[in-house]
Amino acid sequence: MEQTTHRSAAVRDGLGVGLAVGLSGLAFGAAAVTAGLSVPQACVLSLLTFTGASQFALTGAVGAGGDLVAATLGALLLGGRNTLYGLRLADLLRVRGPRRLVAAHGVIDETTAVSLAQPTPEAARTGFATTFASLYVTWNLTTLAGAYGTSFLGDPDMLGLDVVGPAAFLAILWPRLAKSAELRLLAGAGAVIALCATPFLPPGVPVLLSAAAVLVVMAR
Amino acid sequence: MTLWWAIAALCAGCYALKLAGLAAPQRVLEHPVVSRFAELVPVALLAALIAVQMFTEEGGLRFDPARTAGLGAAVVALLLRAPFLVVLAVAAVITALVRIFTG
Repeated sequence: MEQTTHRSAAVRDGLGVGLAVGLSGLAFGAAAVTAGLSVPQACVLSLLTFTGASQFALTGAVGAGGDLVAATLGALLLGGRNTLYGLRLADLLRVRGPRRLVAAHGVIDETTAVSLAQPTPEAARTGFATTFASLYVTWNLTTLAGAYGTSFLGDPDMLGLDVVGPAAFLAILWPRLAKSAELRLLAGAGAVIALCATPFLPPGVPVLLSAAAVLVVMAR
Repeated sequence: MTLWWAIAALCAGCYALKLAGLAAPQRVLEHPVVSRFAELVPVALLAALIAVQMFTEEGGLRFDPARTAGLGAAVVALLLRAPFLVVLAVAAVITALVRIFTG
């Protein structure tokens, strides 16, 4: 009985997070088209990359006229945190073979947060699957809607859509900044490094360079 | 490199990174340097992305009052614990309004 309660609570958590966060695919679709991507390019990113921060990072760099190699590396470096989520989840999900290949695509911020919040491994698996499915469907439908809708607008900047990418990053970062002064310092240092480097380096490279701030914090 | 190649590389790379975590031996995470690096890198990168997208344009520093007002509004929304999508909407609306009124 208790088992069932845990699992239905996990379904509720998963659907709530999946549907709410999935809606921000609208913002991604809009930001991608604003940056100069086509509607199919925006949709392929959401279908196959399926990790919001990396998607926003690539489109942001493209919009700034950045070097594509640096832009891709920066986006990949952001995707590196999913590797660590995978390490955390492997023991909990215990998936093998083809199921592991499918589950891997769903290893992102939101599914990890929901899974780790569940009281039992069964509930964690249910939470993972529910969040993954609802977020994947919503994120891709809203990406299409946002990209398609924006492609009809004359000047997306007039609607303030150029601020959506930075605001999304800030919202992702916020819980971490709120809980640690060290992380606030690191964020400030990363921002200053990137701004100072911008006039001297090709677009995309300053963002990569900001990772140097991590080495300073770790060496302390 | 065309944009499609960048997209293909990012899709393949991001999937490989996710799979690597699920398939790796568990003791990797227990290494304190790995877990600490993992916690810190996204913070520096996200902050740098915010700074660059807010305050640079075409390889130079540039202050855009409307965009700055929008991000300020996002901070207020976050302080009020607004949901993710509300934060983004508030930022865009304020930016657009400032642009309309400042021409």
